[in-house]
Amino acid sequence: MNALYSLLFVFLLVLIPLFGVDAAHMRTFFGVCIPVSAFIIFIIGFVYKVITWGRSAVPFRIPTTGGQFKSFDPKLFKQNKLDCPQTGAQTFFRMLLEVFAFRSLFRNTATSLHETKDGPVVAYKSSKWLWLFAIVFHYSFFIIALRHLRLFLEPVPFFVNGLEFIDGLLQIGEPTMYLADCGIVAGILLLLGRRVISPRINYISYVSDYFPLFLILGVALSGIYMRYYAKVDVIAVKALTMGMVTFNYVVPETIGVSFFVHVFLVSVLMVYFPFSKLMHMPGVMMSPTRNLPNDTRAKHHVNPWNDPNIKAHAYADYEKQFGVPMAEAGLPLDNPENGKAPEEEA
Amino acid sequence: MSDIPKADELFKSIDYNPPATGWMETPVDFSPGNWCYPAKPEKMEYMDSKLPGLWGPAREWNPGEMDWKLPANWKETVVNGFRERLSKFRTLQVFMDICVRCGACADKCHYFIGSGDPKNMPVLRAELMRSVYRGEFTLAGKIMSKFTGSRVMEEDVLKEWFIYFYQCTQCRRCSLFCPYGIDTAEMTMMARELMHLVGLNTNWIMEPVSNCNITGNHLGIQPHAFADIVEFMVDDIEEVTGRRVKAPLNEKGHEILFITPSGDVFADPGIYTFMGYLMLFDYLDLDYTMSTYASEGGNFGSFTNNETMKKLNAKMYAEANRLGCKWILGGECGHMWRVVHQYMDTMTGDTQGSQMTTPKSPITGTVFDTAAATKMLHITEFTADLMKHKKLNLDPSRNDHLRVTFHDSCNPARGMGLLEEPRYVIKNVCNNYFEMPEGTTREQTFCCAGGSGLNTDEIMEIRLRGGLPRGNALRYVQQKHDVNVMACICAIDRATLIPLADYWAPGVTITGTHELVANALVFEEGEERTMDLRQEPLPGYEDEDDNWTPPNMEDA
Repeated sequence: MNALYSLLFVFLLVLIPLFGVDAAHMRTFFGVCIPVSAFIIFIIGFVYKVITWGRSAVPFRIPTTGGQFKSFDPKLFKQNKLDCPQTGAQTFFRMLLEVFAFRSLFRNTATSLHETKDGPVVAYKSSKWLWLFAIVFHYSFFIIALRHLRLFLEPVPFFVNGLEFIDGLLQIGEPTMYLADCGIVAGILLLLGRRVISPRINYISYVSDYFPLFLILGVALSGIYMRYYAKVDVIAVKALTMGMVTFNYVVPETIGVSFFVHVFLVSVLMVYFPFSKLMHMPGVMMSPTRNLPNDTRAKHHVNPWNDPNIKAHAYADYEKQFGVPMAEAGLPLDNPENGKAPEEEA
Repeated sequence: MSDIPKADELFKSIDYNPPATGWMETPVDFSPGNWCYPAKPEKMEYMDSKLPGLWGPAREWNPGEMDWKLPANWKETVVNGFRERLSKFRTLQVFMDICVRCGACADKCHYFIGSGDPKNMPVLRAELMRSVYRGEFTLAGKIMSKFTGSRVMEEDVLKEWFIYFYQCTQCRRCSLFCPYGIDTAEMTMMARELMHLVGLNTNWIMEPVSNCNITGNHLGIQPHAFADIVEFMVDDIEEVTGRRVKAPLNEKGHEILFITPSGDVFADPGIYTFMGYLMLFDYLDLDYTMSTYASEGGNFGSFTNNETMKKLNAKMYAEANRLGCKWILGGECGHMWRVVHQYMDTMTGDTQGSQMTTPKSPITGTVFDTAAATKMLHITEFTADLMKHKKLNLDPSRNDHLRVTFHDSCNPARGMGLLEEPRYVIKNVCNNYFEMPEGTTREQTFCCAGGSGLNTDEIMEIRLRGGLPRGNALRYVQQKHDVNVMACICAIDRATLIPLADYWAPGVTITGTHELVANALVFEEGEERTMDLRQEPLPGYEDEDDNWTPPNMEDA
């Protein structure tokens, strides 16, 4: 049900530019005003959220350790430097693998229950499907985003050209099919399928989980349609996009309506991004269980709101309370007076 | 335990298919057995006098009844407390925002594996809070609550928190698998802090907390009684070994202060671990003392709020300073070491006296730089170093009747990284050592299902369900390798793993690591022992058991 709602939303979103551009002729509004405003909202929202996180204190250093720590004898007990980093550099590499290789997700296992002749068995097996789907999706998205730099930079940087060359290496079709285009659609469909089919994942999914998937699918499909089928005038598009970055706005008449659909969906994605779970993108780098070294027994970490007024129950009070039996038990006392029974004092 | 189903039946009852109703619509079961007993009012009154403003009203109340006698302004208190913690703990703020509900954590929780209750999936446990975060603090959650899974704080929500945040042992296994490192232990700590503000508490946690503040240990053992118990243990050691070991208490001028959880002075099999420490230190002629004032290594305060954790922890340095000790040696305990390793220096490091120095083994001269700030060393680090330098005369054949496996406690594994040292120690004193299956040990270890103050008997079925993954792994090595002993380095484990093993892998006993060490320790060349610390005959001496009289019966 949540999936259907999300799909319906995205359909409605597609209709808006279709009518807006075709029927209402609001080409500048959809070609410039909306994407520029969306980009501004994206940047402000994104930065605001990251600043909110940054302003929140890190009172304790609590990395989740995933291996042997640095021992008193690192030769005898070899440290797992990536999963249990002790230094900043080791932590950096842990984060690098976390961000670029989804290392924690790679560890994923699936648990199953079996009744055997020897009794009940709980079994765990490696399960890398989610990792694979996620890698395919995110890297495709990443490559596509980089390729789009072609539209905003003049001259086009060499790595963008290189990326395009590699991405189109198979040279299937005309214009050449990009691998990342297939990857992103496949990745989204797999992630969506998982969410719909797996009862457990389905149970925890809201509209806000399906919506971004359908929205990005819409972005990808409209982009693919534009490139391979509608064959939008790329020169004109570049004139528009370069106009945006040089604050010299133009909307050439030769650009087809599919472009406006694509741009509108991207704009919705940009506006949606900072207010949604998509913020896991910067968030993964801010996670205190991953981005801190496991060194709190060796180095002092400061809690900015540590309350110096919280003190231990004083030993003097303890001795006052238990001094008599302590003395009887032969335990040493700081203040011998405490060892005297009340009646002796009298 | 009579109404708890047999292990096979319980196993069959586990269903991983979620219910037909959405989780927000599925009612919570408040029948007895699903919650821990609330704290006695006098414990809360005492704590409120020591740390005012953190505990809500002290009162009699019952989670099985409709009226939980919440204060009139409870909602305001919880929502404001939530807001305050968002800026005090980046973990909370980030973890509220970035979960994508990918479900990688779902089947990593021992309580989910053993119950199938979807609210025991870490993602959904955290959603219990996250839904409120979105509904109370975010624009999207306020205007589109249905679509974003948002809700506002209501009494039913709070009650649901009480059930499910006391069904999380803060073991952090989910956090290991989460692609963003979202740590449910952190969520649980926050939720418990908030619940304490409005007087929702459990006696199994609050009684130890108040005891610890008064007497220095969770069990409420007063100093003279503590001295008596230690004396009994010294007697027992003499019975077994013929040697009368030293057991210094509250003595000034020693180099080392030794602190271990009080669970080890109270009950089987912890006392054997404690006897193990005493024997090891006496063998080494170690310059150390114990303390009755700081007679607790564990910290049940860490299961309530950060203020109480700090207050209880502060005794360690305070006592080291009073007694003039240079560094602290810590016994085998799980959450104690999470607190010592990740919190202690941050909280109370500024109270360290100038006499304190980086731990240095007086026997081997090893300087433990990794403990330079906290000045506190784990006993298995200390012992492993002794073994490496061949400073201990060991006879592992004394443990030959034992086929041993090792249970990694959650906190040393995932909150510290102490994995190899205890294994090294055990392998030096046992000839038969077997690992449990991959995926159930080391950083992926499973909880005993009694951590974070849940080791109470009124929720025994929940504990046994949560104990399934550990119990089943244990049963596997029991069947495959005839394992008959599971060693651990945690005082809560030593209490909770016993019913767990009895239920899921009957026939396996539980031992602390230093019990094994002491049994293998040869005091003097040619020393012959006929029994172990449990006063059970060693291999080759079984016959003598027949005409042996327990020592306390000789006079009778």
